[in-house]
Amino acid sequence: MAITACSEVDDAADPSDAAGVIALAGAELRLDPAGGLFWPAEQMLIVADLHLEKGSSFAARGIALPPYDSRATLMLLAGMVERWRPRAVVSLGDTLHDRRAGSRLGPAERDLLAGIGHGREMLWIAGNHDPDVVPELGGVHLPELAVGGLVLRHEPRAGAVREIAGHLHPVARVVRRGRAVRRRCFATDGRRLVMPALGAYAGGLNVRDRALAGLFAPSFEAHLIGGARTYRLAHHVCAPDR
Amino acid sequence: MTVLDRQSAIDLPEPFHSWFAGRGWAPRAHQFALLERARQGRSTLLIAPTGAGKTLAGFLPTLVELAERPRNRNNPRPPGLHTLYISPLKALAVDVARNLERPAEEMALPIRIETRTGDTPASRRQRQRRDPPDILLTTPEQIALLLASADAPHLFGDLRRIVLDELHALAGSKRGDLLSLGLARIRALAPEAQTVGLSATVADPDTLRRWLVPQRGTSEMGDLVIAEAGAAPELSMLDSVAHVPWAGHTAKHSLGEIYALITANTTTLVFVNTRMQAELLFQELWHINELNLPIALHHGSLDVSQRRRVEAAMGEGRLKAVVCTSSLDLGIDWGAVDLVINVGAPKGSSRLMQRIGRANHRLDEPSRAVLVPANRFEVLECRAAMEAVRAGAQDGAVERSGALDVLAQHVLGMACAGPFDADALYEEIRSADPYSALPRKDFDDVLAFDATGGYALRAYERFARIRQMKDGRWRVANPMVAQQYRLNVGTIVEATMLKVRLVGGKARYGGRVLGEVEEYFVETMSPGDTFVFAGEILEYRTIVEDTVLVVRSHAKEPKVPSYEGGKFPLSTFLAAGVRAMLADPARWKSLPTQVREWLEIQRRRSRLPGREDLLVETFPRGGRHYLVAYPFEGRLAHQTLGMLLTRRLERARLKPLGFVANDYALAIYGISDLSLAIRQGRLDLGELFDADMLGDDLEAWLAEAALMKRTFRQCAIIAGLIERRFPGKEKNSRQVTMSTDLVYDVLRAHEPDHVLLRAARQDAATGLMDLKRLSGMLMRIRGRIDHVELDRVSPLAVPVMLEIGREMVGGEAADALLAEAEDELVEEAMRGDYRVQ
Repeated sequence: MAITACSEVDDAADPSDAAGVIALAGAELRLDPAGGLFWPAEQMLIVADLHLEKGSSFAARGIALPPYDSRATLMLLAGMVERWRPRAVVSLGDTLHDRRAGSRLGPAERDLLAGIGHGREMLWIAGNHDPDVVPELGGVHLPELAVGGLVLRHEPRAGAVREIAGHLHPVARVVRRGRAVRRRCFATDGRRLVMPALGAYAGGLNVRDRALAGLFAPSFEAHLIGGARTYRLAHHVCAPDR
Repeated sequence: MTVLDRQSAIDLPEPFHSWFAGRGWAPRAHQFALLERARQGRSTLLIAPTGAGKTLAGFLPTLVELAERPRNRNNPRPPGLHTLYISPLKALAVDVARNLERPAEEMALPIRIETRTGDTPASRRQRQRRDPPDILLTTPEQIALLLASADAPHLFGDLRRIVLDELHALAGSKRGDLLSLGLARIRALAPEAQTVGLSATVADPDTLRRWLVPQRGTSEMGDLVIAEAGAAPELSMLDSVAHVPWAGHTAKHSLGEIYALITANTTTLVFVNTRMQAELLFQELWHINELNLPIALHHGSLDVSQRRRVEAAMGEGRLKAVVCTSSLDLGIDWGAVDLVINVGAPKGSSRLMQRIGRANHRLDEPSRAVLVPANRFEVLECRAAMEAVRAGAQDGAVERSGALDVLAQHVLGMACAGPFDADALYEEIRSADPYSALPRKDFDDVLAFDATGGYALRAYERFARIRQMKDGRWRVANPMVAQQYRLNVGTIVEATMLKVRLVGGKARYGGRVLGEVEEYFVETMSPGDTFVFAGEILEYRTIVEDTVLVVRSHAKEPKVPSYEGGKFPLSTFLAAGVRAMLADPARWKSLPTQVREWLEIQRRRSRLPGREDLLVETFPRGGRHYLVAYPFEGRLAHQTLGMLLTRRLERARLKPLGFVANDYALAIYGISDLSLAIRQGRLDLGELFDADMLGDDLEAWLAEAALMKRTFRQCAIIAGLIERRFPGKEKNSRQVTMSTDLVYDVLRAHEPDHVLLRAARQDAATGLMDLKRLSGMLMRIRGRIDHVELDRVSPLAVPVMLEIGREMVGGEAADALLAEAEDELVEEAMRGDYRVQ
């Protein structure tokens, strides 16, 4: 009852070849299929909504989700840092799932963080889940960041352009031949961009939802995260949820 | 009445003797036998056909004992329950209570009989705990709830008898696992209680006999009483004059003949295998219903009130026929049914016998049933099933051990009942037959799961749900845990269902609820699509929260293909029957001419599948190359096999494009010439079908398999890792589906041996992927692959080839779909006016 397809991407190729390239208000950006954005001109890796320690936050309420989500998320980030070797890493807020999450990070997670930050600038932008400075993260904490003609912030601002934001966890759904595929995605109309959530337990909001679609020009694109590359789809190819 | 029966009749105490005599009845031999066993204090399994007075046999010892009880004035009535009756169906418990009240009233027995189900008002449920009736009729879930409270010793301490109805339908399922664990606890509370199992005929009664008594290392069994069989059923296959289709499941070609049968009989039950088949057949019957016969529809997705109306009309004899699914396999007796029609393949002989038993509940008259095959392979299957029924041969049960997710639920429930000692609980659990071989490690892992999630990374000690006390016993950490347990109890995890509401014109509110559909069915529809439901063609408009809004459509044919192969895979037993028949042309005489010719041509053009061999054909067609194999192991095992074979062919750079599977065969298609590759030695079929595919290849596939994620979700809910959803509680049900997938990915990557993943794999092995059956087949065919190179498609391959393009795309090609959607974008972008700035 299934159709399998041969992968078109050769695993052995340079992983950066698998990254889609987009232009955002004149800046050239590369989309990493792990969920991050690399900005070659600034030598900067941008990620959003890590929601570290979401698992233990649930555990406190009696739902003992596997306690490996922070590790899984940080390993994705570490992989991208390894791939692009950026001078700076920017996390666009909601890095931690709640205000006490920093203190719950385990030793392995702290080691991973230290490795990621080694020899580069770590910039933590404040989110609604983590509005305060989190000493466990190290690096620099700031409300938003203006760099290279773009503004990097947590929550997208109404009417803004030249903006990269997170907060909304965009996902896109594609229905073809009786089957639906739902994936995290980058959403952009070429003037602004919303990043996918990186957190292993982060849920998603459909790009067709008004809160997301309303941010963009009527025709915008979703770049869906696939197994080895991203897939670029026009908004009308994406289906609403259900 | 035989002399022996009359002899025994003297034994019946007075009110019973005259009650039977007053009706001109004599108790049947098996009813006496059960009374006798009860007096000897033995637990017993009664196997009896429908209509044999099974229920009365089960309750007779209770009634006699209770009738005799008041004479002993010295002892006050014990405060607890005397007899517990457990049925898989709520409706059955209510029906049996009614049937029991009548003799109790007529004999003026001082007995209180009550039911307890999800529908019982809270006030009565509370009163039942304080002041239990003599006989309580209930379901496995209610038993779990009652046992998880501090009242359990008071309620069950005086219990004398446990009656398990339709035991064959419970044992071997997760619901049965839960019940078996409950029984282990009840036996600990009331060691004197005897158990009676009531069952239809089964292949292996010993499994059920072990179920009834505590297991203590040795294989203890309850006694066995087999009631005299009723008259043999009159069973025939519809020998349609029309062309028998090559594929499909609708049996449209036999519609007129089915209608004629309905017209000629008083009341007919028409069984089909899936809800969609029921909808389509019902629709078709109404098209040709020139006599305006009262024909109704009954399946599990219809609104409950509508189902009850159909059942009531049926009971009153107002219906000529009901088109139904397995929703009516079990349950309440309708004396008036005089014919059963089974449309499509029976898939298993036991299910067929159960269905045939629905006609004519009088024991001494034969049940009448007609099988209507929907395609050519089904003709073979129906013939094999008929031979099995005549020989009284049943499908063997699938061997399985008790599920670990169910165990996790039970252990938490036991903590809610009161502090427990782990060693003692482990011993108690092993007295339940499904868990008699439970390794201590599994038990300890389950206990650790209940406490803190059981992760190797011990991060959650301070959030524990159950904790060890100073004396070493375990107790719940706080009252919230018990609350969560009560909301989560049970093993039935429904697919996410959406209500279907019929609205007029542009309205978004109001209108009548027609029933419910699975979310995945709606998932692929676009507004304007038409589909059949509740006997009408409907147009899909939109979804508002948990409701699908539809309007009536004027379309003649629904647009969305509601095709869905059989829900049940072909049983191993029937598969062997079909293989044997194919391999023995001498037996083809009993087959319809068209089918015989089909097999003759196959024999000339290619070969026939041998009894033990695996026939594999390769041939080109329309620019593609095909490999068709005939394992006859059922659709689920074939799908798993197809998934694994295409992975292997891909790795060998033989460019497979996809595959389709039905119950009998599997077809893989692709670009490379497979015949040539075999001839040149680049492809070795022995290696391709080697059982080592169940190692790394399987693991690699399982990592992404959507089936595995669904299975994991069920285990996570049953074990209580994820909270069960309730209507109105969760805003968007998709969020839950989403999060269990994420949890699965993380857990699999970081702790692949976690107890919940083990539970999910165990389910997959017997359930959706049928790995057990697949591995058995791969072992059997080792060195026995019979390859034929053909220049064109063989007659036997036609049915499975017709499924190509008709089946929905399933499974694992998510990225391929995205790539396809992306290509469409490229095309559009050439004409579009939007450009990335």
